[in-house]
Amino acid sequence: MPLPIQHIMGIFVDNVKKRGSVLPLSKRTATGWAKGLDLPRGGDTVLYTGHMYQMIPAIDAMASQMALLENSFLTKFFGIGRVMNKFISLSFFMGLTASAKKMERSNQVLRDIVGLLRDAGVKFGYLYEDEFYAGALLYDDGLDESFGNHARRVAAHLKKLGVKRLITVDPHTTKMLRQAYPHFVKDFDIEVVNYLEVLAEKHPEAAKQMNGEVVVHDSCVYARYEDICEQPRELLRAAGITVREPELAGKSTHCCGGPLESLFPAEAHRISGNRVDQLAAQGKNVVTMCPFCWVNLSKAAGDRIVINDIASALAAGRRQLSPSH
Amino acid sequence: MIKVSSEFAARMKQVKGFNAGSCYHCGTCSALCPLGYKIMPRKLFREVMLGLEDEVRASIPQIFSCLLCRMCEANCPQGVHIADNMRSLRVFFNRQEFDLK
Repeated sequence: MPLPIQHIMGIFVDNVKKRGSVLPLSKRTATGWAKGLDLPRGGDTVLYTGHMYQMIPAIDAMASQMALLENSFLTKFFGIGRVMNKFISLSFFMGLTASAKKMERSNQVLRDIVGLLRDAGVKFGYLYEDEFYAGALLYDDGLDESFGNHARRVAAHLKKLGVKRLITVDPHTTKMLRQAYPHFVKDFDIEVVNYLEVLAEKHPEAAKQMNGEVVVHDSCVYARYEDICEQPRELLRAAGITVREPELAGKSTHCCGGPLESLFPAEAHRISGNRVDQLAAQGKNVVTMCPFCWVNLSKAAGDRIVINDIASALAAGRRQLSPSH
Repeated sequence: MIKVSSEFAARMKQVKGFNAGSCYHCGTCSALCPLGYKIMPRKLFREVMLGLEDEVRASIPQIFSCLLCRMCEANCPQGVHIADNMRSLRVFFNRQEFDLK
């Protein structure tokens, strides 16, 4: 039997309503990456992670478990699972099997983004435990009433904290805050910019010129919803990195399959395999700019290609100069 | 035999944000979809507009498996908002079929 999509979406709805996120994270998992960075709390301009990179190790672990369940007799029990999840966060426990190594890699991406923005002279704070998931999965799955309620809660909270400008770090949170929130939240007037746009506008000099080349995998959401195609390439070139384009790139980028990971895992794996073939044809080192592309393509890649987030590729030079950051 | 339900067609007309009237069935969307021919937006949208209830209901898994990647939409010669249409159908069926809002 295929996975019962209504029960899985029901768990997302319940989790957001009760616990503020489709995949609730502990405070340590959500904010631990910022430890030792001395990021000021709050302020007019804040870096907004939306918990996406922090969720990745747990999503990775959960997706493997879901793939095992797909087409098994256990799918019959998802309805019971939804009822149990109202009382005990099942997804939280499923996520506990996340690998510490993957968590460290995800956290390093966020630390690299902070380093790059600081090098470019950008001033910003961070909301720590006052930051919430933006609601992308609810919106994409067409759960509009739940999404609207959540978006209004998040927006009111940001307003109360006096936030005027958000610097986002992933495509899905960017799209939610910039395109969906204005439709669901009356008078939503917080400016939303993405860190790649901020960096490209500042034209920062790379801390250290790098050599080598990377194959760029564009995010569908950046390329076709947010018009972010040139900025990542400009930044890579400015850091001395040669950009190689796969068969489908920029506005014509091919999806990584990630959006299907929670409801149709087998299909997600088939699509990510196709994309890995296209990327591998152009080179061994690939950069992604979305945490979901990163996790989904990495699973399909095996040892055929090495996939890094663009922030880590851009920050490699500065980390060589200052290994502790 | 294809059964057309005018009542279902009327209900589908109320789906907020759904608009595929300008689709002329060229098939660009199907040819470019990373899912292959598992979703045929042009066929699904025509079934929605005609009120082919059985066919549309049978396509619910396809509606929820759309990646919303907009590969089709970016290349649609008629500018149909294909991904938004899919999302609108999800909103409709979440309420109608799954009692989810």
